[in-house]
Amino acid sequence: MSATVTGFLTDSTLCIGCKACEVACKEWNGLSADGLNWTGNSYDNTGSVSYGTWRHVKFVEGQPKPGLGGNAAQHFSWEFSSDVCKHCEVAGCLEVCPTGAIVRTEFGGVFIQPDVCNGCGYCTVSCPFGVVQRDPDDGRAFKCTFCYDRQKVGLQPACAQACPTESIKFGPLARLQVDAKERMKELRSRGMHDAQLYDPQDSSVEGIHALFIVRGDPRQYNLPPKPEVPTIYQKAGWRGAAVAAGILAIGSILAFLGSPKQ
Amino acid sequence: MIDPLQRPSPEYTDWSRENRLFEIRREAQEKGRVLTPGVRPPGAPFPVASPETGYYGIPLLKQAPWTWEIPTYFFVGGATGSAAMIGAAARWTGRDLELARDCRYVAAVGAIVSSALLIGDLGRPARFLAMLRVFKRQSPMSVGAWTLFGFGTFSTAAALAEWVNGRFDSAPVRIAGNVAEALSALLGLPLASYTGVLIGASVVPVWNHSVETLPIHFGMTGLNSAVSILELMGHHSRALSMLGMGASTVEILEGAHIEGRKNPVLEPLKRGTSGFLTRLGGALSGPVPLALRLTAAFTTGRRARKLCRIAAACSIAGSMLTRIGWLRAGQASVKDARLPLQI
Repeated sequence: MSATVTGFLTDSTLCIGCKACEVACKEWNGLSADGLNWTGNSYDNTGSVSYGTWRHVKFVEGQPKPGLGGNAAQHFSWEFSSDVCKHCEVAGCLEVCPTGAIVRTEFGGVFIQPDVCNGCGYCTVSCPFGVVQRDPDDGRAFKCTFCYDRQKVGLQPACAQACPTESIKFGPLARLQVDAKERMKELRSRGMHDAQLYDPQDSSVEGIHALFIVRGDPRQYNLPPKPEVPTIYQKAGWRGAAVAAGILAIGSILAFLGSPKQ
Repeated sequence: MIDPLQRPSPEYTDWSRENRLFEIRREAQEKGRVLTPGVRPPGAPFPVASPETGYYGIPLLKQAPWTWEIPTYFFVGGATGSAAMIGAAARWTGRDLELARDCRYVAAVGAIVSSALLIGDLGRPARFLAMLRVFKRQSPMSVGAWTLFGFGTFSTAAALAEWVNGRFDSAPVRIAGNVAEALSALLGLPLASYTGVLIGASVVPVWNHSVETLPIHFGMTGLNSAVSILELMGHHSRALSMLGMGASTVEILEGAHIEGRKNPVLEPLKRGTSGFLTRLGGALSGPVPLALRLTAAFTTGRRARKLCRIAAACSIAGSMLTRIGWLRAGQASVKDARLPLQI
């Protein structure tokens, strides 16, 4: 575990919505196509990250205003942001995987070992970002591998490699965190005051390895304001289970003690 | 001005496409939106990504991929785990040895059915073995898989010992059977209710907002259905009746607790198909069997037996419906894109 912890910094202020990252990811990882469905939600034809889409470009289209010049730049916004597995510091999927298939790699990424995963689907309901999903044909869960195979040989992930505008930056996480803050300062100095860095460190997820710079409220990019690792609910749950077990055990013994022999 | 509803001239032959336009227009007029992807006629709401709607209202969370096997397993596991405990209690107190014998068989059959259901969900038998690679305390799924594995082993051993003992009376087999029975009862306790922790400790809002009470809810409906299965097998005793009534009473409290909570996250428990199912399940495992069992307690003979059997059938149906309802409530909760975004 001597390797440096790496990360993504996806800067939507640089994204041109070309979907090169989606294509590169699919080609490198041999993922199937999503079909030629047109969602009607701006230029998005994928909807969200899924078992077969590990990079997904979101098209956040502001509402055009009625009247002359309603589509002018000062009235209209059109943001793109390439979504990906967040590779959480405390990852719900990794915590609860019952087979140990989901591991943390030496690069700090969260990786599902496909030969160990048995497809129980519990990671699906444990991911606060809705990333992991079970492939209905294959039966196992899949998500972004952080291009573990490429990182192993010193290459950067396919999406970052293919990104033509360096909107997807890849590098040591600690450096990217500094870069992100500097980029925020730069954007502010240029008058882009709605730019935000998305890195939920004050939640139980305790930070993510795929940082995002987005314009406007992160919620319009489906980035939750307070993602929580579901393990935080377990204590209360097991307390309830203990009460249930107590009622069951003591109740059945008392019920028989209080009744005549059959 | 052209009347949009006017039909084209007879020379126009591509009627299917023209009719499709009328269809879209009608749908937009009636519902205010057209659900066909990509088709947005004038007048239909424009798709919006905003802090109020999230990303075009697309749910952030993913649906649990489980099909009918899982709610059925929740039901079977709950019933058999409780049956093992009831059987052990009947033997330890020496009150009902015949019941104890049947409980061993119910537990063993239930454990085998449970494993079959889980394997059905995973797709291949070998995949279940992957569950036994590691034990993770922080994973309710891992704890549950190991509990079921242990429960299956001990309850099957106890049932085998019972079967052997019925033919040749042998002290070592009897002792081994009793030890296995005690262990299966011990593991039956978590087996009956861990499924509540399993879904409660998840990111699905309606589940994790009920995490404290879900295990009690599932445990009590499980106990009620175990009592009911044993009653339908022909065991009628005051102890079983009392257990059933106790479980129903806790269920009534649980139902009152859910109905009394005013939280938009709990909407799926009160509205739609999931709300109907959880409420019907709650009624069938709480007030209905309690009333029937109370009436049976004050009647005698065949009518009392009949009432007991109806109560038993209600409780079993209630336990199953409760689990289907809760899983559907989870689906409805995930579909609500606003919840995880705190809109």
